[in-house]
Amino acid sequence: MIAVKDLHKKYGDVIALEKVSLSVEKGELFGLIGPDGAGKTTLMRILMSLLLPDKGTATMSGLDVVTDYKKVRLITGYMPGRFSLYPDLTVEENLKFFATVFGTTIEENYHLIKDIYQQIEPFKTRRAGKLSGGMKQKLALSCALIHKPEILILDEPTTGVDAVSRKEFWEMLKRLKKMGITILVSTPYMDEATLCDRIALIQQGRLMDVATPQAMMNSFPEDLWAVRTRKIYDTSKLLEMLPSVISVNSFGQVLHLVTTKGMQTAQSIKQFLVDKGELEISVEASGATIEDVFILLMNHHKQKQ
Amino acid sequence: MITTEPVITVKNMVKKFGNFVANDNLNFEVYKGEIFGFIGANGAGKTTAIRILCGLSTPTSGEMMVAGFDIYRQTEKIKQNIGYMSQKFSLYEDLTINENIRFYGGIYGMKIGERKARTAEMLERLELTAYGNRKIGDLPLGWKQKLAFSIAILHNPKIVFLDEPTGGVDPITRRQFWNLIYEAVEKGITVFVTTHYMDEAEYCDRVSIMADGRIVALDTPEKLKKQYDAANMDEVFLKIAR
Repeated sequence: MIAVKDLHKKYGDVIALEKVSLSVEKGELFGLIGPDGAGKTTLMRILMSLLLPDKGTATMSGLDVVTDYKKVRLITGYMPGRFSLYPDLTVEENLKFFATVFGTTIEENYHLIKDIYQQIEPFKTRRAGKLSGGMKQKLALSCALIHKPEILILDEPTTGVDAVSRKEFWEMLKRLKKMGITILVSTPYMDEATLCDRIALIQQGRLMDVATPQAMMNSFPEDLWAVRTRKIYDTSKLLEMLPSVISVNSFGQVLHLVTTKGMQTAQSIKQFLVDKGELEISVEASGATIEDVFILLMNHHKQKQ
Repeated sequence: MITTEPVITVKNMVKKFGNFVANDNLNFEVYKGEIFGFIGANGAGKTTAIRILCGLSTPTSGEMMVAGFDIYRQTEKIKQNIGYMSQKFSLYEDLTINENIRFYGGIYGMKIGERKARTAEMLERLELTAYGNRKIGDLPLGWKQKLAFSIAILHNPKIVFLDEPTGGVDPITRRQFWNLIYEAVEKGITVFVTTHYMDEAEYCDRVSIMADGRIVALDTPEKLKKQYDAANMDEVFLKIAR
């Protein structure tokens, strides 16, 4: 449904995208995971024909985003990172405006937005600029959906949103996916990766990996240990001196220790810490999260540079 | 060193905007040397409370002391004794690293010798010594955030307020950022921090959770998890906020 081949984009000397290729299948919920400045917005803006690539091609539902850009805009819904509805128009006026621009009516496609729009309908006479953050987000999503797009592109819809509202938003995305809409969504929150069918990890303009979240976590190439301790900071400093250590990172109240495959055991790590005077600790083998995968790939990438 | 000596005291804090009650009778203390997490859903009233504690907004009623100064009559004193950093506003993009430091040092009335010594020490710590003449706009986000934090504590404030300091930052930088927070605490600075990353709530000494303008829970992460029968702070937050 979305096919991206060898995309390059530079802003002056800054490389925003470098050799980016990926494909998103019809009906897929695809996540673009990476920090600010990784190139997520640039990629989405190119797909939405708002920005021209320096090199490479991209098609949406078979339509080239450069030569067929008018048709591309008809079949896609886009929710940019920054709130970009009309603040002086009311909720209902905004929605009506988007429907009219695309030659449709609110009534015709109401079923698509019903779940979402119902939550803000009591405020339909309020100006969009006066809405709370969560309500703005729901209105923006309704406006992106009102022309019944085949593809939905959402640029960091959950950034700066609290944990509860984030969960609700992802539940909405799942319902849209069930209606057959292909969704490309970007996020800097690594924990949202597991809610996607497939993900791409992006950093400094490059895709570091593309796979299902489960496959990425399962194919973690090194050993990972969960270390529990009362003194997180002190213990992590000690573990950095462990032979064959790759990284030590805190994950909430647990330390994630990565060591070269097959070089350590839970017992040997525990002994290392006991010898250094750390007695109240536990060490057990652990599965990797997407954040572990991301950190490992980032470290590889840095070493290559 | 965590103490029980309060550096922030909040009694019956109320802030109304017209009929809307943004802060509904808040009561809490922040102790000297602790990392105090301030979390809550969007619109719960966190930003309103922080603006009051920083001396930028006057409460409707209540008694508040920050760094030993009264929130109604001594806001300028408060501003001199705190540092502030947020994700949205950090440094001037068109100025170089050194120019930004000079600007902030000037605002806080630091003596030139002291500023120079602390700048050198700070840039060395961040491994940025060679980049003093680079414009902020040319730096990667991760560097900017670490630099913004270091500059926010350059004048050695009693308290530093961090409003979502790690939003959008890559996972390695996010952790490096927390190491900087720990180092600031070692120097005796009290840290008041908001975040949407619940794993970061675990790194706080105590966490307060706000909902609908009120503080609904306040304790150490360990005790909160026990109280709400939750495996981690994410679960605690979901149980409280839903």
